[in-house]
Amino acid sequence: MSGTRTPHRWRPVLALALATVLASTACSGAGGGSSSGSDGKGKAITVLMVGNPQMEDLAKVTADNFTKQTGITVRFTILPENELRDKVTQDVATQGGQYDVATIGAYEAPIWAKNGWLHELSSYADKDGGYDKADLLDPMVKSLSGEDGKLYAAPFYGESSFLMYNKKLFAAKGLSMPERPTWQQVAQFAARLDDKKAGVAGICLRGLPGWGELFAPLTTVVNTFGGTWFEKDWTPKVNSPEFAEATRFYVNLVRAHGEAGAPQAGFTECLNTFGQGKAAMWYDATSAAGTLEDKAASRVAGKVGYAYAPVNRTKSSGWLWAWALAMPKTTKNADAAWQFISWATGKEYEKLIGSSLGWSRVPAGKRQSTYAIAEYRQSADAFADITLKSIQEADPVNPGVQPRPALGVQFVGVPEFADLGTKVSQEVSAAIAGSTTVDKALADGQRLAEDVAKEHR
Amino acid sequence: MTSAQREQANDRSAVRAARPGRTRRSARGAAWAVVAWIAGLLFFLPVLWMVLTGFKREVDAASNPPSWVFTPVLDGYRQVFDRDITPYLLNSLMASVLSTLLVLLLATPAAYALSIRPVAKWRDVLFFFISTKMLPAVAALLPIYLLVKELGMLDNIWTMVILYTSMNLPLAVWMMRSFLLEVPSALIEAAAMDGASLTVTIRRILLPIVAPGLAATALICFIFSWNEFFFAVNLTATRAGTSPIFLVGFITSEGLFLARLCAAATIVSLPVVLAGWIAQKQLVRGLSMGAVK
Repeated sequence: MSGTRTPHRWRPVLALALATVLASTACSGAGGGSSSGSDGKGKAITVLMVGNPQMEDLAKVTADNFTKQTGITVRFTILPENELRDKVTQDVATQGGQYDVATIGAYEAPIWAKNGWLHELSSYADKDGGYDKADLLDPMVKSLSGEDGKLYAAPFYGESSFLMYNKKLFAAKGLSMPERPTWQQVAQFAARLDDKKAGVAGICLRGLPGWGELFAPLTTVVNTFGGTWFEKDWTPKVNSPEFAEATRFYVNLVRAHGEAGAPQAGFTECLNTFGQGKAAMWYDATSAAGTLEDKAASRVAGKVGYAYAPVNRTKSSGWLWAWALAMPKTTKNADAAWQFISWATGKEYEKLIGSSLGWSRVPAGKRQSTYAIAEYRQSADAFADITLKSIQEADPVNPGVQPRPALGVQFVGVPEFADLGTKVSQEVSAAIAGSTTVDKALADGQRLAEDVAKEHR
Repeated sequence: MTSAQREQANDRSAVRAARPGRTRRSARGAAWAVVAWIAGLLFFLPVLWMVLTGFKREVDAASNPPSWVFTPVLDGYRQVFDRDITPYLLNSLMASVLSTLLVLLLATPAAYALSIRPVAKWRDVLFFFISTKMLPAVAALLPIYLLVKELGMLDNIWTMVILYTSMNLPLAVWMMRSFLLEVPSALIEAAAMDGASLTVTIRRILLPIVAPGLAATALICFIFSWNEFFFAVNLTATRAGTSPIFLVGFITSEGLFLARLCAAATIVSLPVVLAGWIAQKQLVRGLSMGAVK
């Protein structure tokens, strides 16, 4: 009877499974234990971060360098942005204390500082002789400081936005890009270079819903067209003529000369489209340049020109963003956590990455001194100066033509903005897809913004 | 014409008469086979795409429309192993295997008491078991998180073992009950007549018969535990992270990641495929148990 033999057949499988499990508990250290604390040899800290390439490099070099120098073991968890935000919020709000260091963005830093979730870092930085806080770029420090003026997150790398263009396509049409183009010029170039038959879009612009996707570039367009989400006294201005003009301009430009599938195109999709030579221009983050100039990842390496963020009424309009390392208030290893932050955001770290992994992988955009390193300048020759100037020109306090109620160039630094921006972006994205109008999208946006304003007036 | 010849002639005409029906049946069978193949291919295509993409360069992986002809590279796999996948795989293995064993150990006697020797109000008990699955996981998260935190069990793989056991137990009880109901009661009575004790009856009579069902239940519990993300992302940190946590770490808002994500997904899928392959024979029998009377 086959049935009676079955248990015997399963015995080896069960035995194997048990043996594997026992081996895994024995050799991986996969079992329980506290998330931080002593590991027998020295201190251990836990770091939560996003999976951006620069962060991966950090995880790669930590054991052989930081741990060797200090004896502090660093354990990393890498999560996508949204999961990371949820996780840190949950950990801090419930006093979980699972993480000693967390990667946060320029949007979260002042908000979380105000909530009392983060350790201030100014006192640590001032005491740390080797850190050279004065070398940090001023806009970065401003964007990562709390209302008390203290630094709450140390910048790991920073970025602004600029216009990237395919020099070969421009030359073929006999066009030349000014150093500081206006949006009207960009629209004219896009019309001239749009070649649907060849599958080349005139320009690539984000259309993917999300406050950090579509509204990153669009808010800078709104700023330079004279619009704003809120006035200083929190009067919502989403349906103002300036906001509407900017949004209509953006939507019309993408619809007429933008990439295929624009309503679903975010940073990654545009990077791919432009990187494959399928768009003549791309307005986006300065951090894209490193990938575009990497021959292994891009087909336009060496053929890209860089111009300042296009303007209309303002002198500059680039955004400002930083990924930074912060210390949740719940950490029990504050000193060790600072040692790690100081090392990872210090000058020597950049040199370490440059010499060991390549100069194009340096987490730039936060320190003045980075741009004085000869090897880095050589590697990032095409975009280093314009990146630095774009960051220096970005003003998170006054990014447009009127005073603002909260910090932020491409966002409004209040907790409600993530939801507001995402909801309005869904409608603007629908307008790009042609299923609604800009006026309707902004009228709905104004109602939502009024609710946000009530919370702050 | 003899009577025998007449009978033969009648048979032939009967066969001729039956042919159109048979042709129709075979045509219908062929059509179903085609539908089954198409459905099978539709299910298999994403898997094939995942495996192939894992061998592409990031640039090729992100190309639109997707390129089917490419030079395979191992860059994606190199990046996956650079990040040290082993602890995550071992954590997943431990949480899945131990929770599956615990589930089987608890679900089988429970199912026995709900089918072969039903306890009083067995319907209520059965409903209670399944009602625990009706609460959305997110609604249970906060109390579970706070409890685990208070117990000092955050980022501990044993927390996941216990959690996966309790998550899969109701399902396993229901499945095992349906398999145990298939066991002919005459067989159990005969064993009792022969003086077999309860343990002997379970070991020598019941388990061999429901072994395929046991395998099917085990595999489903294993797969559910292996793929679970929601509780893992909320309750683990740097020590007890499981494979799904490792996987999502490759998603980035800056840069291309499809090839390495697919490479990681292929590796993480392998243990489940392997488990399914080992249990293939038992599974087919187990999954069809209760379906055919």
